[in-house]
Amino acid sequence: MRSRMLPYWLLLPAALWLFLFFLIPFLSLVATSLYDPDGSVLTGYHVTWHFANFPDAIKAYGPHLWRSVWWALIATALCLVFGYILAYTIAFKTGRWKNLVLVMVVAPFFTSFLIRTDAWKLILGDHGWVVHALQSVHLLSQDGRILATPVAAIAGLTYNYLPFAILPLYTSIEKVDRRLIEAAGDLYASPFRAFLNVTLPLTMPGVVGASLLTFIPAVGDYINAQLLGSTNDRVIGADIQSLFTTTQDYAAAGALSVTLLVVVLAATLIYVRKAGTEELL
Amino acid sequence: MAGVGIGVLPLFSTPDRHQDPAACRAQDVSAKNKTFTISTWPLYIDTDTKHHTSTLTDFQKEFGVKVNYYTDVTDNVVFFNKVVNQLGSCTTTGRDMMVLTDWMAARMIQMGWLQPMDPAKVPNLHNNIISSLRAPAWDPERKFSAPWQAGFTGIGYNTKYLPNPPRNIKDLLTRPDLKGKVAVMTEMRDTMGLMLLGLGYDPENFTQAQWDESIAFLEKAKVDGQIRAFSGQEYTDDLAAGNTVACIAWSGDMAAASPDAHSKFLVPEEGMMIWSDNMLIPNMASHQTIAEDWVNFYYRPEQAARLADYNYYVSPVQGIEPYIKKIDPDLLKDRDLANLVLPNDDYLKQTHNFMALSEAQIRNYERDFSNVSGV
Repeated sequence: MRSRMLPYWLLLPAALWLFLFFLIPFLSLVATSLYDPDGSVLTGYHVTWHFANFPDAIKAYGPHLWRSVWWALIATALCLVFGYILAYTIAFKTGRWKNLVLVMVVAPFFTSFLIRTDAWKLILGDHGWVVHALQSVHLLSQDGRILATPVAAIAGLTYNYLPFAILPLYTSIEKVDRRLIEAAGDLYASPFRAFLNVTLPLTMPGVVGASLLTFIPAVGDYINAQLLGSTNDRVIGADIQSLFTTTQDYAAAGALSVTLLVVVLAATLIYVRKAGTEELL
Repeated sequence: MAGVGIGVLPLFSTPDRHQDPAACRAQDVSAKNKTFTISTWPLYIDTDTKHHTSTLTDFQKEFGVKVNYYTDVTDNVVFFNKVVNQLGSCTTTGRDMMVLTDWMAARMIQMGWLQPMDPAKVPNLHNNIISSLRAPAWDPERKFSAPWQAGFTGIGYNTKYLPNPPRNIKDLLTRPDLKGKVAVMTEMRDTMGLMLLGLGYDPENFTQAQWDESIAFLEKAKVDGQIRAFSGQEYTDDLAAGNTVACIAWSGDMAAASPDAHSKFLVPEEGMMIWSDNMLIPNMASHQTIAEDWVNFYYRPEQAARLADYNYYVSPVQGIEPYIKKIDPDLLKDRDLANLVLPNDDYLKQTHNFMALSEAQIRNYERDFSNVSGV
């Protein structure tokens, strides 16, 4: 009897953790999405099963949701390209400097996320050296700017989430058995072919991990859009934040949060299925 | 499992946050614990220098009190969210005083979140407050609130990058040479007050159609790329750096800015907004007596003069002119500057208040504004 129950007892701490820190907040969020939309801090907010919150919110904020997804996709793609090149170089080419370079990848985390993003405001500012340099080589018109454009916002996302791409990529590239690449060469594969047919498939778990670790937080991120982007390009995270705090429209904020959750979950499931690494789930 | 999940959802309702101030009054520990904690806006009080002892230091010396002075109010709504859970459930915020703008003070009085001040303990307030601030509709006897400073919302510009500033709101939002170089504020009443004025409407009394038109006016300027940012208190940094060259600005910020910020305030031709920030004692504050001493201290004309001479906002205290003359005679010689601190009646004629709003109106107007501002 005792031994049969033991596995369940061992599960208890984890189950309790999930219950307290996942299930309860999740139910609370779902409840919020079904609040009476006329609630206020003066009258309170009650669950009235107002399912119309969802179509209302999607109608009002749908374009922002797609913008967030689109920007996160671009940033994830950029992170994968830059991250792969960097991780590959670190794993195969840095030799005894490997650990130092890895520390340098993580080093920006010693400064707060907000300060790092704010620093880009200075670098990309209208009177900063980047804009002046680009203007003097005529890549940017005289009254052109970088700050307060989608380019700056996506660059900010890429910059901030790049380490999250590099680390899983590095771990999986590092594990690749180099004899397999040599064997491909022996069988007359060009270095590019060898990469495409051997290295890349072997590092797919790293690629999938890296894309999830960048895409999921990037969809909800609104700091980069707020500090570096323009007011014309609003993202969904900013909507949710302002509905919760400025407008105190908890119902719409809850409905948007749940919608975002479903969209991200669906995108993740489809992606993982397609990329063929179910063992990650 | 799912059934249980759905069944418990109604348990997650959010209760209303209305409180009864009489029931949420903490015991006053001023006599034995001589500390005082205040939350207010940045750059709002004079600081100690080699040649100047601040009013804050003098208060601490005179009353033997240690003041914890926090500048954690940068936006009324943001601050509201910081304290809504404590004040809404009758628990302490750890603060004895907070300084918030009129409309937010009105809202908190309505929520029952503020403690009254004993008129006998703040005689200076009732004797010295200027007549225009004496009896606002939302606190006609100044029982719950005492203005700290008042100020104007108009146009600020950078004199180094913009020798020829826009003289009116329309120009600010439409002049082609300012494209992408204009900032407006995240405070709805500041920005929308000026938008209404820019279209020739009265911010104190406007219709839904006029509001919609003003929102569209603002949105067009945003979509056209005229507006670069909707900012809070950090707007002064962008203006000083030249990222914006003209913006909606608070009068004192421009006047008190350092000379290398090249910031200057001007009154738009259509008029400007006036507001005041108020000292408020929240429920469950435990140093009510010291809070009242504080109010009474800053309503002495002598102290009020020193404060206004530092932050260049309008003092709510009458009779400060002789003291200003004594400590900073140059201030009164500069007409533009003097009007910000001691505005005469002609100057005040150009100012407007924002209409008082119900909770439902706040919701709708804040939502409309937030949809444009992105904040």
